[in-house]
Amino acid sequence: MNSKEITTQISEAADSLNLRKWDYGASFSNDYSVQVDKGEAKQLKASQKQILTIRVWNQFNLVGITTTSDISETGIKKALKQANIASDFGNKNESTDFSPLAKDPIQQKKVSERSPVGIKKLLTLLREAEVKLIESHESIKSVPYNGLSESFFERVYANSDGAFRSYSKSQAALYLYARAEEKDKKPRSSGSVKLGYGVDDIDIESCIREASNKTISHLNYSSIKTDKYLICFSPESFLTIFNAFSSMFNARSILDGVSLSNRNSIGEKLSTEALNIFDDGLHEKNISSSPFDGEGTPTKRLCLINSGRIENFIHSESTARIFKTIPTGHAGLGSKVSVSPDWIVVEKSEENFDLNTSLDHSSYEGEFVYIEELNAIHAGVRASQGSFSLPFDGWLYKNGKKTSIESATVAGDIKHLLKNIVNIESNQNVTTSGISPHIWVDELSITGDA
Amino acid sequence: MLSSQTKSNEIVFDSCNKDLLEEIIFYGIGLGADFVEIFIENTDNSSVLAEEDFITSVSPSFGRGAGIRIFKDKKDGFVSTNDLTKHGLMRSVSQAIEMLDITDNNKKEVFNGLSKHRDYSLSKKKWINEVPSINEISEKLLVSTKSLKKNNKIITRKGSYSRSLQEVIIASSDGTYASDIRLHQTVGLNVIASDAQYRSSGSRRFGSSGMPNEFRLWDHEKAANDVFESSMNMLYAEYVDAGQMPVVLANKFGGVIFHEACGHLLETTQIERGTTPFENKLNEKIAHESVTAIDEGISEGSFGSLSVDDEGMEPEKSVLIKDGILKKFISDRAGELRTGHKRTGSGRRQNYSFAAASRMRNTYIAKGDYSKEDLINSISDGLYCKSMGGGSVGATGQFNFAVEEGYLIKNGKLTNPVKGATLIGEAKEVMPKISMCGNDLELAPGFCGSISGSVNVTVGQPHIKVDSITVGGR
Repeated sequence: MNSKEITTQISEAADSLNLRKWDYGASFSNDYSVQVDKGEAKQLKASQKQILTIRVWNQFNLVGITTTSDISETGIKKALKQANIASDFGNKNESTDFSPLAKDPIQQKKVSERSPVGIKKLLTLLREAEVKLIESHESIKSVPYNGLSESFFERVYANSDGAFRSYSKSQAALYLYARAEEKDKKPRSSGSVKLGYGVDDIDIESCIREASNKTISHLNYSSIKTDKYLICFSPESFLTIFNAFSSMFNARSILDGVSLSNRNSIGEKLSTEALNIFDDGLHEKNISSSPFDGEGTPTKRLCLINSGRIENFIHSESTARIFKTIPTGHAGLGSKVSVSPDWIVVEKSEENFDLNTSLDHSSYEGEFVYIEELNAIHAGVRASQGSFSLPFDGWLYKNGKKTSIESATVAGDIKHLLKNIVNIESNQNVTTSGISPHIWVDELSITGDA
Repeated sequence: MLSSQTKSNEIVFDSCNKDLLEEIIFYGIGLGADFVEIFIENTDNSSVLAEEDFITSVSPSFGRGAGIRIFKDKKDGFVSTNDLTKHGLMRSVSQAIEMLDITDNNKKEVFNGLSKHRDYSLSKKKWINEVPSINEISEKLLVSTKSLKKNNKIITRKGSYSRSLQEVIIASSDGTYASDIRLHQTVGLNVIASDAQYRSSGSRRFGSSGMPNEFRLWDHEKAANDVFESSMNMLYAEYVDAGQMPVVLANKFGGVIFHEACGHLLETTQIERGTTPFENKLNEKIAHESVTAIDEGISEGSFGSLSVDDEGMEPEKSVLIKDGILKKFISDRAGELRTGHKRTGSGRRQNYSFAAASRMRNTYIAKGDYSKEDLINSISDGLYCKSMGGGSVGATGQFNFAVEEGYLIKNGKLTNPVKGATLIGEAKEVMPKISMCGNDLELAPGFCGSISGSVNVTVGQPHIKVDSITVGGR
């Protein structure tokens, strides 16, 4: 069945069950991936997957939901029946409706369609990449974590009010994590991830180079003394920590009492005036962009922080109605609709007079800690309390010389971190989760072994 | 119950699928595969969320799918599909054969048909009718969240329940033919407490496998008291000072550190990758002699228990470490093929869309001779980790774990609560420093995410003392 046929099937089944109001979201995907181990194919994988989520509204306007991978006629009917039963337990305290924007035009990025290159080519490319990475330095002994994949999928949203939208796209991903070993030293590991619309769009050579450079650069390590340090966050690490606390801008989290913000936080000063942050799912560099969210609301660029102050929250249909605004295109599709950011863009605002522009990671000769990559986010972040304590890969810079840090954690409070930004470098870097320049923060605690 | 109603062109649960499964396996072997494995599942899940005094989410789901794995030499090709027709399954076999580039079909393995059906599901088919209804679950969750409302500092109260019922059929070219039904239920309570600039949270999760009545028996009042008390104790806690110090880790979920920091390194997938420091340490001392560690899938009702693993093998009790000596690795079919370590009934996967891998089940440090007080009394200046949060292990074995509820130990006594502590180390350095094990072993349920998805596990230990570990703080 194609998406139009599924919509017709759901409509007819809903009619037969006397269900007048419904919507659904579905995705259909074909994925192919390979992993290698020292030149040999390790696991080759293909999957065909379909997921359908149906919501129905009962006579009391309460919503019930069911998710299934069975998109047969029987499966669809069963899903509608189960959703109808679940609607008896619908949330009486907070109503849900169709997004008022579910029929608005959507912006689709113009990306030419990629065709599958096939498992054999994936395998050949990954084998070559593994060999090149191992040969790039004598200390690199293996690439224990590696993979090359391509996915082709279609997403659909439709409702009983006549809204229907779908889009198809492809995406490919390459990850290479090398392991380097030297005598009498601990093994070191680092890597790189690259995305593209298709395998041929992935810059494999730069992935190999990055994985190799990062891994080798950590070979000569030293422990760091526990203390407070001036910190330079790489674009990747700043986006990681910002995303970990994105509940500050999440209307759902605010209503649930698990955000550091509250309903009156719009306009609150969070950071230096030099900071602007946007959520821009449709950004041309965002490979994973989607033109609409789970409720069918078009994706759009939204300013979250404007000159250091909270400018907007991200919304679903129901949170937008409660906040007396419009949905922002960040909703999922669930019994309780979740809200999440798409793709973060960090910029220096025009009000950047208070920044210390002498702080530049490529030229500053004073002492600072460079945080390349933050790890274990799920374990070390307390989003509802604002605190974090995270292991990281990075370097200690001192007198123009950099030394890899053996094993350490950085700890602090997100509001303190944002308020203590002392420089936002000019050049922005594109990462897999957004765009950001290097960000400098004064006085964060580092715990090391020394 | 197996019946004679065979439908030859599609897998039908509750029917005999032997002829169709054999046909598919013959097809794969005939095309030159060394080994063919079929895993088929049918799921019926539901979850309920109560927030404050309302049910805010009820989410049922159901589905079905198949995972087909083909081995050729030491390589494997895995294809998953929602199409359970004969045509769909044959197509998946062909796709896996093609992926592996199998063209040499002169060298054929022999398939002698499936062995006698091992049906572990016979006594479990009634479970679906015995689990609590959504109505019953909702009522109990609402009573639970009400129990959390003990003072006006509690600003958020949540209770959640989820139930998964998975029916599986496993068949492979070595004759394996098994069916099972797995039931898992979990229930959790969470609060956030707030007073002026102070904030804290508390949470506890409980879980069981194969016990439809378990949610009804859950002592929600005790759980609520525990969660409330934890959040209140931590509300005004100061940040811990970073440094090296001795720590006592509480029992139950304290075992998450052993699971993450050491257990994963004893899975054969880590040997395959060359990422475990214990690869060549079998029968060597890797831990303090006070440490004996076990991984098993047989404790009745425990969250990680199984009647049969996802490769059709009954789970065994594996003594991983005995008195500090490494005795065994956790192995699955691919692990046995690639590393030579015998399978332990540990081939597990989240669902049909993942190939099985060597995964832990109920993993714990065995009890020792000491009381909790003995451990604390032995420390003049250290940290007591009463409740652990999540953690992770890096690619080279470093781990870090958040301490959700911690107390300073001064002169052998518990003193002030402290927050923001993180335990940092490496398994091979920390294992020899576990010098005392308590006599109060307890297990706790959890979810473990790894190469074959998220699987239900149990972690556990008695109270243990680590002589020195890095504590991250402010």
